[in-house]
Amino acid sequence: MARITAGIATSHVPAIGAAFDQGRTQEEYWKPVFDGYEWVKGFQEREEPDVVILCYNDHASAMMLDVVPTFALGMAEEFEPADEGWGARPVPTVMGDPVLAAHLAEQLVIDNFDLTLMNHMDVDHGLTVPLSLMFGKVDQWPVRVIPLAINVTQFPTPSAERCWQLGEAIGDAVRSYPADLNVQIWGTGGMSHQLQGPRAGLINPEFDNAFLDKLIDRTDDLRAITRLEFLRESGSEGIELIMWLIMRAALGEKVEQLHRFYHVPASNTAVGHIVLRPAG
Amino acid sequence: MKALPMRTRLYSLDELEDIPGTKVFTAIRSRQAYHLHKFCMSLMEAHNRNAFKADERAYLDRFRMSDEQKEAVLARDFNKLIELGGNIYFLVKLSNTDGWSTQKAVGSMTGMTADEYAAMMRAGGRPIEGNRSIKEGN
Repeated sequence: MARITAGIATSHVPAIGAAFDQGRTQEEYWKPVFDGYEWVKGFQEREEPDVVILCYNDHASAMMLDVVPTFALGMAEEFEPADEGWGARPVPTVMGDPVLAAHLAEQLVIDNFDLTLMNHMDVDHGLTVPLSLMFGKVDQWPVRVIPLAINVTQFPTPSAERCWQLGEAIGDAVRSYPADLNVQIWGTGGMSHQLQGPRAGLINPEFDNAFLDKLIDRTDDLRAITRLEFLRESGSEGIELIMWLIMRAALGEKVEQLHRFYHVPASNTAVGHIVLRPAG
Repeated sequence: MKALPMRTRLYSLDELEDIPGTKVFTAIRSRQAYHLHKFCMSLMEAHNRNAFKADERAYLDRFRMSDEQKEAVLARDFNKLIELGGNIYFLVKLSNTDGWSTQKAVGSMTGMTADEYAAMMRAGGRPIEGNRSIKEGN
């Protein structure tokens, strides 16, 4: 039977990808950011996950113009890194898992989540920056990846509570998959940041650290955060944190925190990273 | 027939307009900026970036954008583009084409110079105090 062995969350700032690709990770500005991810690279070498269900948002690369799916599941064998205006990132093609993806799609629709299924899409920094942070520079990614894209950009976005419910349903769906697979679920994006208008540059470390604290054992508080509160307190792009709740809900009631990191800034953004293990 | 009541909202939609210096990207704004965004996404291909750089005005005229949107693109006025419905994730395709960092594009909306904005971010970013609500002033 497949099992979820860890939940990982991280910010997915594009400038982190650029610093990584240009070999600037040891510069004074970037070193503290990349140092925060040294632990998890060792963890991944020990864990050897087979598949990652990767919750992220598309940044107007494959979606958002003609179609705006609330929840979109990547069904393909391969996903190419997107060209976001400066050429595609020089990272490996992302390999999918169409069989597990089809199982998830079936089980989740039975659970009343009316997903959009993506038979073709390119994946942007929202998905590839977390892969670089978890695995470093590699010739091929050591895991298969099932992308799950969430609309966190165009209102109305899904609620925190709805994301939580989806995460629970994903947990159930994975645990009902007959193949013996080591599965991780990742939530990406956040933490507080705002990329538009005169309020751009907003950072709220108090909100972010409370979010990290509550992610362990006070998740009811997080499920009740409204879209309005995310906008006010964590900036117009901080609402990406709802994707962390999908990850957290898939792990079940109790978790153990294995690693936690917080740093300001990376470009416009507060960087947060946490590694959780389901605890029975 | 009497209209049905709408579903209960947890807060009034006016509250979304109450956040200082912030425009919430809604479905209707997305429609308003559809052709602007189509232009932005066209810049994901190198040959289109080249055509745009060779003659910006002629390239923009291929798209059914408003004149106001075209002028704001030519001026790289990101606040104006957002006022006209734009969303930053589309707009950075334009600043990426210019070779700008996202930080430079984002900082250009704050009235600060790029250096001032970068320094503010290094010092911990813009504080939340005073930036939550226009009417509460907190």
